[in-house]
Amino acid sequence: MRREPIRVAIIGAGIIGASISRVLSMFEDFEVILVEKEADVGWGVSKANTGIIHAGYDDEPELYPLRAKLCVRGNEIWRKWADELDIPVRWCGSLALAFNEDEVNILKTLLSRGLRNGVSGLKIVEAEDIKALEPNASRDAVAALWAPTAGQISPWDAVIALVENSVANGVKLYLSTEVKGIRIKDGKILGLETNRGFLRADWVINASGIYADKIAEMVGIRGYRIRPRKGEYIIFDKEAEPKVTRVLFPTPTPISKGVVVTTTVDGNLMIGPSAEDLNEDLREERSNTKSGLDYVWASASKLVDRLPSKSMIIRFFAGLRPEPTGGDFIVRGYDEVYGFIDAAGMRSPGLTAAPAVAHMVSEILRSLIDRELKRKDSWNPYRKRMIRFSELTHSERSALISKDPRYGRIVCVDEMVTEMEVIEAIKRGATTIDGIKFRTRACMGKCQGSSCMHKIALILSRELGIPLWRVSVKGPGTEIGIGDIKVLFEEGDQCGRCRET
Amino acid sequence: MREMQRDLTIIGGGPAGLAAAIKAWKLGIESITLIDESERLGGVLPQCIHTGFGLHYFGEDLTGPEFAARLIGRLKETDVEVLGGAYAAEINVKPDSFKEVYGYRYGEAFKIKSKAIIYAAGCRERTRFEAGILGERPSGVYTAGEAQTLMDIYGILPGKEIVIVGSGDVGLIMARRFALEGAKVKGVIEIMPYPGGLIRNIVQCLEDFGIPLYLSHAVAEVKGSRRVESVKVMKVDGNLKPIGPGFEIKCDAVILAVGLRPRIELLARAGALIDDATGGPIVNDWLETSIPGVFAAGNVLVVNDLVDYAAEQGERAAESAFKLISEGDLTRSGAKPLIRGRNVRLIVPQLVSCLQDVVFYGRVSAPEENVAIRFEEIGKIFRLPAVRPPEMFRVKVPASDLLRLRCEKLTVNVMRLEA
Ligand SMILES: Cc1cc2nc3c(=O)[nH]c(=O)nc-3n(C[C@H](O)[C@H](O)[C@H](O)COP(=O)(O)OP(=O)(O)OC[C@H]3O[C@@H](n4cnc5c(N)ncnc54)[C@H](O)[C@@H]3O)c2cc1C
Repeated sequence: MRREPIRVAIIGAGIIGASISRVLSMFEDFEVILVEKEADVGWGVSKANTGIIHAGYDDEPELYPLRAKLCVRGNEIWRKWADELDIPVRWCGSLALAFNEDEVNILKTLLSRGLRNGVSGLKIVEAEDIKALEPNASRDAVAALWAPTAGQISPWDAVIALVENSVANGVKLYLSTEVKGIRIKDGKILGLETNRGFLRADWVINASGIYADKIAEMVGIRGYRIRPRKGEYIIFDKEAEPKVTRVLFPTPTPISKGVVVTTTVDGNLMIGPSAEDLNEDLREERSNTKSGLDYVWASASKLVDRLPSKSMIIRFFAGLRPEPTGGDFIVRGYDEVYGFIDAAGMRSPGLTAAPAVAHMVSEILRSLIDRELKRKDSWNPYRKRMIRFSELTHSERSALISKDPRYGRIVCVDEMVTEMEVIEAIKRGATTIDGIKFRTRACMGKCQGSSCMHKIALILSRELGIPLWRVSVKGPGTEIGIGDIKVLFEEGDQCGRCRET
Repeated sequence: MREMQRDLTIIGGGPAGLAAAIKAWKLGIESITLIDESERLGGVLPQCIHTGFGLHYFGEDLTGPEFAARLIGRLKETDVEVLGGAYAAEINVKPDSFKEVYGYRYGEAFKIKSKAIIYAAGCRERTRFEAGILGERPSGVYTAGEAQTLMDIYGILPGKEIVIVGSGDVGLIMARRFALEGAKVKGVIEIMPYPGGLIRNIVQCLEDFGIPLYLSHAVAEVKGSRRVESVKVMKVDGNLKPIGPGFEIKCDAVILAVGLRPRIELLARAGALIDDATGGPIVNDWLETSIPGVFAAGNVLVVNDLVDYAAEQGERAAESAFKLISEGDLTRSGAKPLIRGRNVRLIVPQLVSCLQDVVFYGRVSAPEENVAIRFEEIGKIFRLPAVRPPEMFRVKVPASDLLRLRCEKLTVNVMRLEA
């Protein structure tokens, strides 16, 4: 007999929501909808972070049991997931550098904590071994904690991959859909009130990142708050030297893992993040500040013998860590509201932990609905990444162009992105400039889009059938123009300068 | 892969590349291919719908499209092959002295093997990040060229309350361009104590439209989480350090005219040496880069403020390429480095052979009046009523003077003359 599927709504298509949706898509029992307020997936906390798959020695199991457990497990699962989903990742290992005896002692504590957490391969190495592992590491470092299991991933590629795979396995994605309320009757969830109408759901999983406490409040849960902690970054041109091959950390303090020097999977040297606690209301405050960037620069300088020249900086940015009350992840159901599960407070190492969080949520759900879950026979674990023209050899590129001539048209010069890749990104769901950017790397080079943005906009306008000026960078309110060139005259709004005099 | 063999490959179809192609053809180079990323020739000119082009080169004041159209018309009378929409991905220098250009265009991958290359790929605009403008990263921040493309090629208006950063001619002309469409231009912000553009443009682009110019001010921050809402402007002191609390200007678009950078990536990857002062390749008086047989001209060589200079450099490079192709070699031995002396920020070419006339293009670091450009070791002097950083100086030193050089270097100074 076929049982009625349970309808699960996941709020938030960040790394956490996307991981959960993938895991739940394995089972016959669920009909999953993934609801995201932005025009694309992965644009919240998951977009702007360091992208490190942590080894798992940082988190004290006594104070933060979930972080300690889920980080190490997540690190393991990512190996499989990255493989199945064709997500770019580099298992490069990390070095936490110590510059004096006190720091060496902290590293020793971390070593034994790591061993307790189940991290493999950890060891403390001396100065000459540091140089062998990372030639550009500061020569002032006296010792380092070497964690060979740490890695570097592209966080937005990861979210995109997870969502594509989820959708291929039956998950329904609702973009530009903001949850405004949760309808409950007699202590039971009925569904989501959104800007695009009501969405029925039996279960709601809160994976809304920086807004998790606001969503929890909608069902009357007020047990925790999320506080934004800003982290600023500096990113260098791909050609900037020297790069690093390992992730370099300072010795951590009780509050922060500190400013990192790393090379992204795409090959850009990156330094950051700073750590600045913001007022609770400032959940969209991602400004770059002089103090933040100066701090990043000064801190990163200590980790390496040399940073590239400042003239090689191509961008700075900032992200917000969702710091929860108590400091540990909040992954649980509630007796008060049957049908609501939190996957909240996903500060670092939330990206690392995501796959393990997803399995934990699935297990909580299973035990609360109290039934054996049935796996789909047809579940497909695989997903292929888009072709990256720039990563191919001349003859491979030539072969591609003979298959489709549009591979010959380069739209982003710095990153060598072709028209066909842009079209492919649109087929895979991009509707905005940023959507194209995160799928193809167009606009991520030196010019930061100033010479290619309009070419991408033209393709979007053509493929989506919208006027050019309506093409947006990141959804409504961010259109590249306000109208056709004569719009101010047509609207009778002309002569702005006469208006004020 | 389509393979071609040519005498000369020209990369870039802007004024420098076009002038080079026409000249090379006239001199008698037989097989020439010119490639450009765009389907349309002319480089940045077609979108520059204001005048100010061609006074030296054509002896007339033309608009950008007119200037381009003239060159394109002349090119059409030649047998130069044009590959439009063609992207050069790599320059590969072979030991047999042939140069290969690998590239792609709609429907084909290609490889052009040639005896010489003229690289005229122009420049790109500096971004807000390079200009150190902090704050948030919303939409609505454009470079001037990008805004100009949107307006004058595609016919869309980026915003209606505009702040322009940078008072060079590009910034001034964009201020007027927006005002002409009925947008309110709230101000042009210039970090230096003097405007970057021509006085004529200050009058015609700002004063005539009542647009305020803020000298010694910098845009410190952009505000707005999705779309630009305002910029924070700060006064700066003599060392360009921000002072005071600053003030906000509300706007829905920020237009950056904060300088240009030669697009040298391909050259640099092929091994050409780069000059930190110009940001372009180091060249000798043949306008040849440190890779023999690869020449540079136009804004990739040095950011010119007159299109006429770019075209002139294109012709010069074509003459050199012709000599190399027809005679099999160039005289490069004994090239002496130019030394940037007092108040000289940059100078091109950076090496001279002292066997031929040389046109030097340079820029000063600080404005000065009643000066002379002096080539020290040969005692050659050019008097100028004034020099300003935004305005290039161009001087031609005859071979007869250069022949007098007995040292291993040639120093250029800007000296102040008695009133
Ligand atoms: C500076 C910084 C550095 C970090 N470095 C690392 C690291 O190196 N390694 C690591 O493991 N972790 C790191 N982290 C942590 C990691 O980035 C986060 O734990 C993770 O990205 C959280 O993912 P999420 O899915 O919970 O949140 P998000 O990615 O924010 O996803 C939540 C989604 O919910 C949507 N949403 C919110 N409200 C609503 C609503 N009402 N309706 C519909 N949708 C809604 C949002 O738009 C968003 O897309 C870092 C974090 C920061 C900020």
